[in-house]
Amino acid sequence: METGSPAETGAAGDEPVWRGLPPGLLRMRRLLLLVWTAVLALAAGLLPGLLAGPVWGTFALLPVALAAWFWRLLGRNWRSWRYAERADDLLIRRGVLWREETVVPYGRMQLVEVTSGPLERYFDLASVQLHTAAAATDAVVPGLDPAEAERLRDRLSELGEARSAGL
Amino acid sequence: MTAPVPGGVPDRPPVAERRLHPVTPFRRAWAPLAVLAGWAVHDPNAAQEQLTRLTGTMLLTGLSVLVPAAGLYGFLSWWFTHFAVTGGELRIRTGLLFRRTAHIRLERIQAVDVTRPLLARVAGVAKLRIDVVGAARKDELAFLGEREARALRAELLARAAGFAPETAREVGEAPARELLRVPPRALVLSLLLTGATWGSLAAALVVPPLLWFATHSVWTVLATAVPLLGAAGASSAGRFVAEYGWSVGESPDGLRIDRGLLDRAHETVPPGRVQTVRLVEPLLWRRPGWVRVELDVAGSDNSVLVPVAPRPVAESVVARVLPGVTVPASAARPPRRARWCVPVWWRGHGLVVTDAVFAARHGLLRRRLSLVPHAKVQSVRLTQGPWGRLWRLADVHVDTGAGGTVTARLRDAEEAARLLRAQAERSRTGRRDARPDRWMA
Repeated sequence: METGSPAETGAAGDEPVWRGLPPGLLRMRRLLLLVWTAVLALAAGLLPGLLAGPVWGTFALLPVALAAWFWRLLGRNWRSWRYAERADDLLIRRGVLWREETVVPYGRMQLVEVTSGPLERYFDLASVQLHTAAAATDAVVPGLDPAEAERLRDRLSELGEARSAGL
Repeated sequence: MTAPVPGGVPDRPPVAERRLHPVTPFRRAWAPLAVLAGWAVHDPNAAQEQLTRLTGTMLLTGLSVLVPAAGLYGFLSWWFTHFAVTGGELRIRTGLLFRRTAHIRLERIQAVDVTRPLLARVAGVAKLRIDVVGAARKDELAFLGEREARALRAELLARAAGFAPETAREVGEAPARELLRVPPRALVLSLLLTGATWGSLAAALVVPPLLWFATHSVWTVLATAVPLLGAAGASSAGRFVAEYGWSVGESPDGLRIDRGLLDRAHETVPPGRVQTVRLVEPLLWRRPGWVRVELDVAGSDNSVLVPVAPRPVAESVVARVLPGVTVPASAARPPRRARWCVPVWWRGHGLVVTDAVFAARHGLLRRRLSLVPHAKVQSVRLTQGPWGRLWRLADVHVDTGAGGTVTARLRDAEEAARLLRAQAERSRTGRRDARPDRWMA
C-alpha cells in the first residue's frame, strides 16, 4: 500500500469493515412518515366521515395500517445501507429486495460531493456522493453525521489524488 | 501599459491568432433562404397563398434585404471568431454579442475529426471537430482550408502527444498504415443481409396502402409514407453512402477512420481513448461469417469502427485497437437454472474475463460481444432482485467512462460476488500499465 495504512482505515487487508448509517436518517424518515400519515389519515377520515356518515371515518385506518408497514420497510432499508473503506476502493451496499453493491476504486473518482438539504440540515445529516467519469456510477452514502461526511470526503479526495488516474 | 493600437485589441494574448477560412460567411448567407424553404415545406398551403400575393419587385426587395443581412451576420461572426494553438491548449474565441472563449486541453482530446460535407468539398474547405469529455457542446472549427485543416489536426495531435511546441508544427502528419478497407460489394451485401433494411422497406411499402384503404385521406397517407420512406432510405442508401469507402488505418497518432461517398469524414482517435469495443453479429451475417465492430470513445458520438468485415479480420483490428487483447472465442454460459429467470434467451448470455478484458456476450439471434479493458473500468456494481435471489443469480455491471455499462447477466451469486471483488482489483491494477495521456511523451 502506498498510502492509507490498514490501522488508519480500520480495514485489515481484504476483509472490509462495514459501517452502517447513524440512526439520524431513520429518525428523519420515520418522522416524515408520521407527518404524512397524520395528514393523510385526517383527510381520509374527515372527508368521508363528514360527508357520508361517521362509519366511513374508519377509512382513516387505511393510511395508518400502510404507515405501520412502511415503518418496518424504512427500518429494513436503513439497516441494509452500509459502506466500507478499503485500502484501494470504497464499497457501498444497499437494498433489501433489490440488492446492489457498488465498488469504486479511489483512483477513478473525479469529484466528491457533500450535500445537505434544509431538512437534512435540521436533522444534522449530510450525504456524500462520488462521481466518476461513468454516469452510471451511483455511489452515494446518505444520512451521515456532517463530521463523518467531511472526514469521508477529505479521506476520499486525499486517496483519490494519491491514486489518480484519467479516463 | 502599452499604447492602444488603432483597430487592434489592447489585451491581445501573445499568441498568433488565426481566423477561419474566408468561405465561412457564405454558409450563413443561405440561412434565411433555408428558413423560408423550410417554412414552405412545413406549411405548403399558406406558402402558396403568400406567394400569389407577392409581386416580383417585393420578392426582389425582400431578398436584397435578407441576403445581405445574413451575409453581414455571417461576416461578423466570421470576423469575431479566432482560434490559436498555445502550449497545451486550443483556444477558440467566438461570439458577436455573447462572447465565448473555449480553452481545450490538448492532452484530454478524445478524438479529432476532419469532415468535408459535399458542398465544402466543392469549395475546398473542411470542418475540424474536437471531441472532449464532458463538453455538452461540440467545439468545431468550420470552415478551414482543406490543407490547413490537415496541418492543424497534425499539429494538435503532435502537441497532444507531448511533442515540444517548437517542433509540433514540423512533425507533420504521422504515417498511417491501412489495416482494413471495406469493399463496396461487401457493404452492399451486408446491407442486403440486414433485417432493418428489409423491415423498413416493407413498412414503407405496406403501411401507406393499408392506411389509404382505411382512411382515404391523402394527408394521413403522406404523413406516414414520407417518414417511412425516409427511414427506409436512411437505413439502406443512407448507410451505403455514409459507409462507402470505409477504411481503418493505424498510425502513431492513433486510429484513423476514413469514410463516406459524398460527405467525407476523417476521424482520428488517439491511443488509449477507446473505452469499449463491441462485436455485433446479426443473424444473417453468421453464414458469411461477418461482424460489425462498434466502439465507444468518451465524448464522441460516432460508434462504428468497422461496418462489416470477416470475423478474423475484425478480430485483428480489435487487437490493434486494444493492444494485448485477443477476442475470446467462447464465453461461459449462466448456470442452467437461469432459464427460470430468462426463459429461452438465457443461452445468449455469457461472460469471459481474461487478463486484459472483461467480455460479456448477449443476444441469441443478434449476438453482441462487448469488451472492456480492465484499465477503463470506472466502477463495478452487483445487482440482485428478489426473483434472482430465489435462484441464486446476480448481475454484474461494469461502468465505463464513455457513459456505457457492460452487464454480465445471470451469473451464479457466489461467482458474481467473487467477480465483483476481483474486477475491482483488476481495474485498479490494470491502470498501472496503461499508456499515459500524452502518448509520445
